[in-house]
Amino acid sequence: MRFDTPAATNPIDQGKVIGKPIPRIDGPLKTTGKAIYAYEWHDPNTRYAYGYIVGSAIAKGRIRSMDVAAARTAPGVIAVVTSDGVGELKKGKYNTAKLFGGTEIQHYHQAIAVVVAETFEEARAAAALVKVDYAEEKGAFDLTAAKDSAIEPEGGGDSGAGDFDAAFEAAPVKLDQVYTTPDQSHAMMEPHASIAAWNGDDLTVWTSSQMIDWWRTDLATTLGIDKDKVHLMSPFIGGGFGVKLFLRADAVLAALAAREAKRPVKVALPRPFLMNNTTHRPATIQRIRIGAGRDGKITAIAHESWSGDLPGGGPEVAVQQTRLLYAGANRMTAMRLATLDLPEGNAMRAPGEAPGMMALEIAIDEMAERLGLDPVEFRIINDTQVDPENPERPFSHRNLVGCLRTGAERFGWQERSKQPGARREGNWLIGMGVAAAFRNNLVLNSGARVRLDREGVVTVETDMTDIGTGSYTIIAQTAAEMLGVPIEKVAVSLGDSRFPVSSGSGGQFGGNCSTAGVYAACAKLREAVAQKLGFNRTDDLVFADGEVRSGDRRMPLAQAAGDEGLVAEDLIEFGDLTKTHQQSTFGAHFVEVAVDVATGETRIRRMLAVCAAGRILNPITARSQVIGAMTMGVGGALTEELVVDKKRGFFVNHDLAAYEVPVHADIPHQEVVFLDETDPMSSPMKAKGIAELGICGVAAAVANAIYNATGIRVREYPITLDKLIEELPEIS
Amino acid sequence: MQSPGALEISRRDLLAASAATVTVASAHSLGHAQTKATTAPQSTKVTFTVNGEGRELQLDNRTTLLDALREHLHLTGTKKGCDHGQCGACTVLIDGRRVNACLTLAVMHEGDSITTLEGLGQPENLHPMQAAFVKHDGFQCGYCTPGQICSSVAMLEEIKANIPSHVTVDLTAPAEITPAEIRERMSGNICRCGAYSNIVEAITEVAGRKA
Repeated sequence: MRFDTPAATNPIDQGKVIGKPIPRIDGPLKTTGKAIYAYEWHDPNTRYAYGYIVGSAIAKGRIRSMDVAAARTAPGVIAVVTSDGVGELKKGKYNTAKLFGGTEIQHYHQAIAVVVAETFEEARAAAALVKVDYAEEKGAFDLTAAKDSAIEPEGGGDSGAGDFDAAFEAAPVKLDQVYTTPDQSHAMMEPHASIAAWNGDDLTVWTSSQMIDWWRTDLATTLGIDKDKVHLMSPFIGGGFGVKLFLRADAVLAALAAREAKRPVKVALPRPFLMNNTTHRPATIQRIRIGAGRDGKITAIAHESWSGDLPGGGPEVAVQQTRLLYAGANRMTAMRLATLDLPEGNAMRAPGEAPGMMALEIAIDEMAERLGLDPVEFRIINDTQVDPENPERPFSHRNLVGCLRTGAERFGWQERSKQPGARREGNWLIGMGVAAAFRNNLVLNSGARVRLDREGVVTVETDMTDIGTGSYTIIAQTAAEMLGVPIEKVAVSLGDSRFPVSSGSGGQFGGNCSTAGVYAACAKLREAVAQKLGFNRTDDLVFADGEVRSGDRRMPLAQAAGDEGLVAEDLIEFGDLTKTHQQSTFGAHFVEVAVDVATGETRIRRMLAVCAAGRILNPITARSQVIGAMTMGVGGALTEELVVDKKRGFFVNHDLAAYEVPVHADIPHQEVVFLDETDPMSSPMKAKGIAELGICGVAAAVANAIYNATGIRVREYPITLDKLIEELPEIS
Repeated sequence: MQSPGALEISRRDLLAASAATVTVASAHSLGHAQTKATTAPQSTKVTFTVNGEGRELQLDNRTTLLDALREHLHLTGTKKGCDHGQCGACTVLIDGRRVNACLTLAVMHEGDSITTLEGLGQPENLHPMQAAFVKHDGFQCGYCTPGQICSSVAMLEEIKANIPSHVTVDLTAPAEITPAEIRERMSGNICRCGAYSNIVEAITEVAGRKA
């Protein structure tokens, strides 16, 4: 099904199942330990061996030699596979750094060997016996130091309209500030894990992947085998946030180890490998300049961002939202990329907008103050309904203003003190902050297969993944709505490379795109059903209550299946509606904080998000996405920072004790409001992404609330106590 | 800590290893010590009860309770999130008390009674806490969920037993089940999906039903 004209009225609009607060259909499995994750597949007739990774202890250089004699003869050891032993392997299309193979070291903790033994304990002990002689080379690890050497990334990326320099020069009210965001870690709960089993030339891998087809393709490339020979399964994924988008070392090591050991091998990356072996959100330095008239209208806006990555990598696209969020005739954005020899930087929840909004939305708060305007009003004054760089290109649907107004009213924004540092309750300084939320709506083609059996049971098969997003549930809702059956009659099978290729999970495109793919397959099945049941007309067909109806004629749906069953497969293919119309999602975050006047400790007291993101397919799972993103945003505001050892080139705090993500005690009750809307430009589902919108702007709302509480403006994330304590008022 | 063999490494290598990773450096010397000992790792027979069923295992002494459950008994409801006692995903109940199964060796539990998530309830027969987590959507990816549920069940008992926490204001009054107490006491269980707000609601509902 091609989607190149706005969606008309369709069965999804009935809203009998879609849009209803249906609890997750996989909930009973996940709450009883019956959901099977990658490392947990167990065939009682199989003797699995255990692989344990060895990582590089230097950040850059070469392996002169590896001594594995002691490891090979250690108790229980079956095989030792080393990167110098396997030689150069081809790198997958989506990876920047090599996952395994060769003697070159590109980053700290890059995989250089895997030790296979009968038990986990034996493999771990033997892995510690591998001795490596390195030829270490000097690397670049400090973004600030490398900033001046940064260049325009491949493919350019500078943008602009009008004459920024002249307009900024002439503006009566101006801001010119620099903001920094640190490297951050996804820190998902389930470590990367794979089990690999060979049967002749055929490889089966149980893994933890957001994108089945990308992994399958890149694993085949890396191993130098046909993609057809690789079968990948990932039905449950313990979180990803971007770190499981691209093939990772655990799958490669398991496959190579299983080939060498001639047995299925299990490999999980130990938690301390996450930060340096895999990917992270790169640090940024961002300069923002805004000029406005005394009426509060922005006349000039510029956003520049510097970030670093390994050779061949890309920039953190932190200026993305500034091209679209606010009006202003004269504008420019630019990104510069430095070469750093830290581990690979790559996508983490809302790449671009998440760190970009951390900076931009403080700048907007600062500018509102200079103009003497309420920050909510300043944002509303500068709303735009068209792409500001290209004014003939409208937004498909944009209700940022509704989010801001609804949020201000619900949150009690009028209670906010206009004077910073003016509200105190005992030892607590109280403040409120606001930020806009903005994230683009991406679309990827997505396929699905739908089966109908004689019991009237509908089975959906797609390689789509559920990384906690609720895919199982919203896909079941889609099929139930399209075919007029209760949700209990729908079975959903996901995450298997034998199923049609889907959008996968990432960039908040998965919910809208994968359900649109299921919509397409169901539309095809409806045609097949109609034909089978002998309906001549199809324009008035109604699928409801397990029946197919046309005029006075009604037939049981199950009857169409017959003994053999019916099957239909289709793909939603997106045309150029995202080119003719700017598709984005919008929101507003409101935060109230209390800052301890003595210690500088910040506590989040209240949080509200108002979102305008097209049709909400399931308010329970969508709300959970948003509160989860708000929580990660609090981490970004207050605690999360991968600390770089600038001499040796690695992230020092590489575990969950030292990389501090929010815990229960850090997060209050959270409120989420969805504005009632649909976007017919996005897909037949008229839905858009929500999972990443929720994080965009949160950290800035916290920062702005801290400013409102204390009068201290911190522009370097995270906002830890040491950055506040010097300027806090005297304790009376 | 350093065994004689480790002294052969150059100062440069030593610096690289010690600065770069404590794990590699200390495990290195541990490995040397092992090779000098007997060839086969020491193993021990251990008998305990899991979810009401008597189990007997012959285990490598280094096997954590977590790996005994997951790799030997195939009770994979208990999750390995960090293996370092930092995340709480492996929380199980030992004689009713919550314990990080990754931080305790299996052989230390001779005669103990262990309850895992599987022992609380099944999909068709959910424990009230499991049902409340489903109702309030107290999870997303589901990987921290077993630990959250086991932890919350034991945590409510701790409050009932009047064990104070960091946020208990009055140590002379009976401990109360408040959102602040729940958040404080559940802070050893990390949820990166960020379902905290919903988890507290699920626990509060179960606590209210009991009271």
